[in-house]
Amino acid sequence: MTADSPPAAPKTRVVNKRKLEERRRFLRSIILGAAVLGISTLGYIPVASAWRVRMRPPGALEERDFLSSCIKCGQCVQVCPVQAIKLDDIDQGFGVGVPYIDSRSQACDFSCDAVQCILACPTGSLVYNKPGFMPTRNEMMVANPPILIAKEKDPEPTLNIKERTGLARLVRPDACLAIQGKGFKGLARGADFKGTMRFIEVDRWKPTPLREHPFDLPLCDLCVRTCPIKGAISLQPVVDKDGIKRMTPTVHEPCLGCGVCEMICPVEPAAIVVEARKGWGA
Amino acid sequence: MANKYWESMRVMLGATPRKSQPAEYSEEAKTIHFYKKSEKLDFDALRIEAHAHQKKGVWLRRRWITLLVINLLFTVSFWLDIQILEGALTASRFLGFHLIDLNSALQVMLAHKHIIVNLFIGTGTVFVLWLVVGGRTFCSWACPYHFLAENAERLHVYLVGKKKISDHTFHRGVRTVFWVLFALMAIITGYTVFETISPVGILSRALIYGPGLALGWVVLLLLFEVFYSRRAWCRYVCPIGLTYGIVGVFSPLHVTYKLANCHHEGECKKVCEVPHVLDCIVKGRAPAAQLDIGADCTRCGMCIDVCPSGALTFEIKGLRRIM
Repeated sequence: MTADSPPAAPKTRVVNKRKLEERRRFLRSIILGAAVLGISTLGYIPVASAWRVRMRPPGALEERDFLSSCIKCGQCVQVCPVQAIKLDDIDQGFGVGVPYIDSRSQACDFSCDAVQCILACPTGSLVYNKPGFMPTRNEMMVANPPILIAKEKDPEPTLNIKERTGLARLVRPDACLAIQGKGFKGLARGADFKGTMRFIEVDRWKPTPLREHPFDLPLCDLCVRTCPIKGAISLQPVVDKDGIKRMTPTVHEPCLGCGVCEMICPVEPAAIVVEARKGWGA
Repeated sequence: MANKYWESMRVMLGATPRKSQPAEYSEEAKTIHFYKKSEKLDFDALRIEAHAHQKKGVWLRRRWITLLVINLLFTVSFWLDIQILEGALTASRFLGFHLIDLNSALQVMLAHKHIIVNLFIGTGTVFVLWLVVGGRTFCSWACPYHFLAENAERLHVYLVGKKKISDHTFHRGVRTVFWVLFALMAIITGYTVFETISPVGILSRALIYGPGLALGWVVLLLLFEVFYSRRAWCRYVCPIGLTYGIVGVFSPLHVTYKLANCHHEGECKKVCEVPHVLDCIVKGRAPAAQLDIGADCTRCGMCIDVCPSGALTFEIKGLRRIM
């Protein structure tokens, strides 16, 4: 037997080597699995911490449903005539490729009339009417069909939207020119601003750059005069704490949170902003 | 016949290809194998011939042109606002018709648990499209990540050849595990978790809407494939590939293998992204004179380009019977 054992030894070593490689491969596969799953679930952190509350395009489902239903194709981006819709990057985790609107740089002014992004959405993330079982918050519902000032004389002047995406709020009243009793002369956002919007008296169908529209106002009411929704905002005489009556931009119930007031506000940073996903009276 | 589909599915899910029992060999195959035993071949000469053949790269050229045209059509459509192909690879409209990527649709359906008509129509259209042209054909003929990965693969193979690095393989079954886990995560969390790391969606959007941080993830994947594991994403991770693969099980378009023409020098297996589907080319393995290559095959045609003896060709099932 002793004579047989030396040639047998290398044979067992060969078998072990293959088994060893197989075991290594198995371990590697488990590590690969854990790593890929770990990295993909990291995407939950930006969502859970809500580190950047994004304003979604009009007709968006509630945030949770919006993230789960969006297929991240950007068809809403492609149809928007003012290019208000952008897609998020990977730092938004599960929100990567999901559309949002940064109103300060380019607001949605409904210059498409029919809310094209809703029409383009293939998965129902943006809808005119939410299905009955989809969660909705009462404060997001608008009391009456919103009237688009640009379409006011049309037979059908309303926007087919039931809910708002946010609500405008005067967050820095001290900076507001109207409250200070000041007028405004010049370009609302300077000569370098790239944002566009529809000026109905210039062109009914084509949005034009804001920088081509100088203003000369004895009392600044830019947020009121450019607001696309009827009755959403007005200048009201409000008695402040010093007992002085001042003209104050006041947001009303029809506000949809489109963000035009935030885009046009000439002070830096804006005195009025849209608070995403905030409802009326909430 | 059902057995053949089952075997093709089993291998795609990660099992090792089964060796045929002696009783399963057809008479014709037995005869061919018998004569091949006495064949004396100069393998070095065959390899040189194979590479000369590959240089022509007929299918490679056709495939890259198709892939680039598809992906750039998205970009051009948006940039020039010509509205031919609107959207991204995950979901789009071709001349107004909804097209929705099967895996993205699956993730959304599982996460959102509500399917609207447009989603259903788009998914159905794409399902039929890829059922006709071969399931994983999507991978090699349309996927932008495949294009980058196969070029990274060349670098990987070059570095392995220079003995600078070595390839690390994984168990192929891990892709099936990923597919199941990503489906479960979509159902449980209600988020399309996979889409966060999908290089296909990231690349397609980057091509259309401009680059972003997400491309960093794609670069990391490519570096992993160049320096550590050959074609790791496509081979071991991507659930998109498996989804299309399942569609392709019953597809009439596939690569077919003719035993009589084969010299068994094995160059096709070396260029293949999924070499397990070419197990039948090993000398003595093929149980029939003509065999269909399994569902995991991406129909890229690299094996056809490299084969010096015409043993591998594209075939549309049924067409053979008609003609």
